[in-house]
Amino acid sequence: MSIKKTLAVAALASVLAAGAAEARDQIRIVGSSTVYPFATSVAETFGKSTSFKTPVIESTGSGGGFKLFCAGVGEEHPDITNASRAVKQSEIERCAKNGVEKITEVKVGYDGIVLANSKQGKPLEITRKQIFLALAKDVPNAEGKLVPNPNQKWSDVDPSLPDIKIEVLGPPPTSGTRDAFAELALEGGCKQFDDIKAMKKTDKKKYKAVCHSVREDGAYIDAGENDNLIIQKLNANPDAFGVFGFSFLDQNSDSVQGSLIDGKAPEFEAIADGSYPVSRPLFFYVKNAHVGQVPGILEYLAEFTADKAWGDEGYLTDKGLIPMPVEERAKYKAAVEALGAGS
Amino acid sequence: MTELKESMKKARARLKKRHAAETRFKAFGIGALAFAFLCVVMLFTSIISNGYTGFRQTYVQIDVFMDEGIIDPKGDRDEKALRSADYAKIVRQSLYDKFPEVTARRDKRTLANLVSSSAVYDLRDMVLANQAVIGQNLSVWVMASDEVDMLVKDVFKRDEPENTRPITNMEIAWVEKLEAENRVETRFNTNFFVAGDSREPEQAGIRGALIGSALTMLVTLALSFPLGVMAAIYLEEFAPKNKFTHIVEVNINNLAAVPSIVFGLLGLAIFLNLFGMPRSAPIAGGFVLALMTLPTIIIASRAALKSIPPSIMEAAIGVGASKMQAVFHHQLPLALPGILTGTIIGMAQALGETAPLLMIGMVAFIADVPGTPFDPATVLPVQVYLWADSPERAFVEKTSAAIMVLLGFLITMNALAVLLRKKLERRW
Repeated sequence: MSIKKTLAVAALASVLAAGAAEARDQIRIVGSSTVYPFATSVAETFGKSTSFKTPVIESTGSGGGFKLFCAGVGEEHPDITNASRAVKQSEIERCAKNGVEKITEVKVGYDGIVLANSKQGKPLEITRKQIFLALAKDVPNAEGKLVPNPNQKWSDVDPSLPDIKIEVLGPPPTSGTRDAFAELALEGGCKQFDDIKAMKKTDKKKYKAVCHSVREDGAYIDAGENDNLIIQKLNANPDAFGVFGFSFLDQNSDSVQGSLIDGKAPEFEAIADGSYPVSRPLFFYVKNAHVGQVPGILEYLAEFTADKAWGDEGYLTDKGLIPMPVEERAKYKAAVEALGAGS
Repeated sequence: MTELKESMKKARARLKKRHAAETRFKAFGIGALAFAFLCVVMLFTSIISNGYTGFRQTYVQIDVFMDEGIIDPKGDRDEKALRSADYAKIVRQSLYDKFPEVTARRDKRTLANLVSSSAVYDLRDMVLANQAVIGQNLSVWVMASDEVDMLVKDVFKRDEPENTRPITNMEIAWVEKLEAENRVETRFNTNFFVAGDSREPEQAGIRGALIGSALTMLVTLALSFPLGVMAAIYLEEFAPKNKFTHIVEVNINNLAAVPSIVFGLLGLAIFLNLFGMPRSAPIAGGFVLALMTLPTIIIASRAALKSIPPSIMEAAIGVGASKMQAVFHHQLPLALPGILTGTIIGMAQALGETAPLLMIGMVAFIADVPGTPFDPATVLPVQVYLWADSPERAFVEKTSAAIMVLLGFLITMNALAVLLRKKLERRW
């Protein structure tokens, strides 16, 4: 009995070695959880309409995606990484150090970040400056000195805002959505203070710390990466607000409403034309060295950059993607096509 | 006399107090049980009430004209051309014909989204299966889109004002027209059990995750059961009792308490980076989970071996059996029920794990159903997590339905073990 089992284990190990040596015939994609719904949609259509296997997509977050993507060239490393922000210089250097020298950037479209509350509550009209005063860790007081945020109620920030406790549920610091919210909403309000704006030139590090730090005294609550959970909590508590991506607002328009920021409602058109202030571009990055090595990459890119996917009426807009203007789409499509011609 | 009476009284008071304590204790026990029971009932009602609709799916009947000019303009019946023809146009056209009053571009687009995008692939497969359908008028049942499905299942309420529900009056009017003609039907959702994951809630199925879980569990069992039982037998019966074996024992107990994510990191470093196992594959997942289950199996097996009366071993050795024979012919078969219990507890834990699988890439969108342990796959709890995180409303019921499937899998596994144990159990 024991010998048989030992043999079985040995057989398993040898099968394993054989399996590992097999070449990869499937695209592997990692990266941002914000781009994930769009990438998976494209991957699925690609898998169904071509003879290639459906790409495997992991949702690792933008930073985690670059870490895996930049680990090297070869079939054990991913071919494409999705990102809800542009690649950082440090990441390009990391890539280059590991032999990933050429990468191609493709912008996918835009995503709006919304501040929303339950429909049982009143809709909110707020400016970015007020958002900063409500949610930043340190805010300037009457004399312009930075003090820990004293505002407990929205009406403490500005009398025009409702007389309820500040309670905002949002993504944790590891999330790209949180980064973008800090950059676009908080910093957007922060630099409207002249003192702080001047600081940008003199002490950039401190400027960033002031403008990007979210308060930690309980007014801003980390609700985890699950946006559906935030929506459930908003429904249970009409006084609370939540921060999440536009697609979740779009899908739950029966129970939650987006706040007007700087007078603009978070609507498809306003995000598309850039007038809604809290929107960001989404990207993916392709490893040039893998094009032609792993079958299907060019065809996947062609599917993604086709008008029926990312166009004004493409199926990605049904998933909540805000498409780019025509010229911008043409530019990135050309970049993708050049990738095919070059290899 | 009075003294005696006094002490009797005291004794009675003490007795009463002790009885009261006992009643209180019993009440606490019943209270705890009732609380636990209530929690279970609440859990199950919420899952079942959310999820039972996930096993049903709305279908819509549409009349399509399999236009040869669209499917096969060249007329040479080339399979490649048939495969890539624009079937979406046929589906769209059939809906436009059904609702000729819809003319605005935007409305037409909404109209086309009334049926699921899977209709396109249904038509394609029909043509590929039987080319004779080209050029004919057919009446086919196709899946409704997730929004129509939610409407028919009454998740989206028709009587709410238009601005507070995610579906417009126009769409409701279309669905009602179809309903009046008996062209809308809710059927058992077989697709849920035969399809892999999908981004479209109505097309999403559990099969990929189910097979992934089964393959992963198979690898885990094949690895951890023999290794665990061997280790337990050696440690319990053969190992010398010295400092070294003592350290091994303590560390096995420690290992049982290590958070599972740590095993994931270990798996990433050793199985993926060192041994070059494929990422996202059940083989790697099985190895990682086997590490996690091993200590549980070892500890339970040792306890089971220890509980066998020594007289059985002594008798076997007394009639001339070697120690190994005595263990394998007598002690092990008797200890097997206990060993199986431990194995099942370990496997049940492994079945519900997601954290260690995150590190080895099994938390991913994988649409193709895996065939071997080397294909990319995900497992049931991961599928639950991924669906719970999706924005589409129709995924809520899918999530609960997937939880029910996971519970079903677990109960089947446990029932099998109980059955085996019953068969093998012996009393002295």
